[in-house]
Amino acid sequence: MKKIDVYPKYNRDRRSFLKAGGAGLAAAGLLLTGCSDDDDGGNNPDPDVFDLGSGDLAVLNYAYALEQLEADFYAKVFSSFYAGITTEEQTILTDIYYHEVIHRNFFKAAISGVASESQILPELEFDYGDLDFNDRSAVLATAKALEDTGVGAYNGAGNLLETPEYLLIAGKIVSVEARHASAIRSLINPDSKDFAGDDIVDASGLDTAKLPSEIIPVAAGFITTPFTANNLP
Amino acid sequence: MNIIKLLEHFTSANLNNIPEGAMSRHQAFKHFANIGKGIAMAAAPLGVAAMASSKSHARTMETPTEALQLALTLEYLEAEYYQMGLDSGVIPTGGREEKVFMQISKHETAHVDFLIAGLGDDAIDKPTFDFTAGGAFDPFNEDSNVSEATSYAQFLALAQAFEDTGVRAYKGQAANLMDAPDLLKAALQIHSVEARHASEVRRIRGLKGWIVQDTRGDGMPEAAQPVYDGEEVTMQAGFNTATDFGADAGTEAYDEPLTGTEATSIASLFIVT
Repeated sequence: MKKIDVYPKYNRDRRSFLKAGGAGLAAAGLLLTGCSDDDDGGNNPDPDVFDLGSGDLAVLNYAYALEQLEADFYAKVFSSFYAGITTEEQTILTDIYYHEVIHRNFFKAAISGVASESQILPELEFDYGDLDFNDRSAVLATAKALEDTGVGAYNGAGNLLETPEYLLIAGKIVSVEARHASAIRSLINPDSKDFAGDDIVDASGLDTAKLPSEIIPVAAGFITTPFTANNLP
Repeated sequence: MNIIKLLEHFTSANLNNIPEGAMSRHQAFKHFANIGKGIAMAAAPLGVAAMASSKSHARTMETPTEALQLALTLEYLEAEYYQMGLDSGVIPTGGREEKVFMQISKHETAHVDFLIAGLGDDAIDKPTFDFTAGGAFDPFNEDSNVSEATSYAQFLALAQAFEDTGVRAYKGQAANLMDAPDLLKAALQIHSVEARHASEVRRIRGLKGWIVQDTRGDGMPEAAQPVYDGEEVTMQAGFNTATDFGADAGTEAYDEPLTGTEATSIASLFIVT
């Protein structure tokens, strides 16, 4: 049930900020750009490790982390395409590289607009272990995993957001990630139903939706910069 | 709740008063040539900080129930379309395309069942569809004067238009489901499946899997332009997406929403009752 609020918006934000306990501070927390760092719920055990924060800021930082990873991966793919790449594959991988860099830069700009420098996830560093960027099947398999992970992450993060505008932005991005996932899967296994295969779409016709706590450990396999997500489920 | 009531709710220009017939459908196409132009304004850059203080900006008028009823309408349309396509024989058998459309058909039918279950007593009945849009198309090759190749090309084009519409329509309803987190999650899970479909159908048609500016792509009838109007937006929350690699990449990287009214107007072209 919604009640009519006769107060101006900024008052409502301040009130909800004062009322809110812990997670879910959302836009109210975001608008208070003067927040000091120890307003993060107070349960960060290691002040030297960056925590994604709480409320919508945490979700935006989370998306920023994933987009950083994707952008970095495709930048490496793009900088030296694997042997025997086809024109079609080169076009697709170049487009995806562009899209992910744009997403990454968007999140940095968006978060910068609503949070202080110390609240923005720093530029992460990555390590792909023995992944052979000159090997088509290894590159495409990793791309598929990253895209499917991105889709599941956005699908699972949507209802963590408190601000409709952020949800709309996430929606604008997630469908492009799904278009990527479909194209990559189709490159790996053409002439098949894998673009939206039964391994990723369930019997109700639903794609995956995963919580940050399910996604971050997987993504962390490539991310060498430690960070915590103490206020995300 | 019947489809007419829903359409009346969504469609400000009340299509139901237009008499049946090819001419009126043709007029309807012209009438909706401007659909989607408004979304570009709606998505004008406000800056994230400004956006965050405006609860109403991304919310439209639909309740969660109405949002899901719109979704069910679109899923009914898609499910029937692919079933008829598979039954009609226009889709080449034994290869990629048959596998693809069988998979898409399976998903759309599952989406219908899922939404009916979710809506319970609020589930609307299936509308009566006319996929020729009053004689403008022949996607199932029912007209002996139209070649099978032409019909199949139209079938593919309409499939692309329906999938891209679905993606944009679900996106437009997401904020209306924020008070129902489980429904929102499920809607997002359907939304990304529609996007997977859209990408594959577009690629079968020789296009990129993503939407470039507001182009509908080669072989797509002009009547489908409302599906793509508004996709040319390059400003996202004050960030210019064209800065890094140009406007094509910037617009490809973001899919834009359709309002309930816009999505319903597109669907209405194929709805008789």
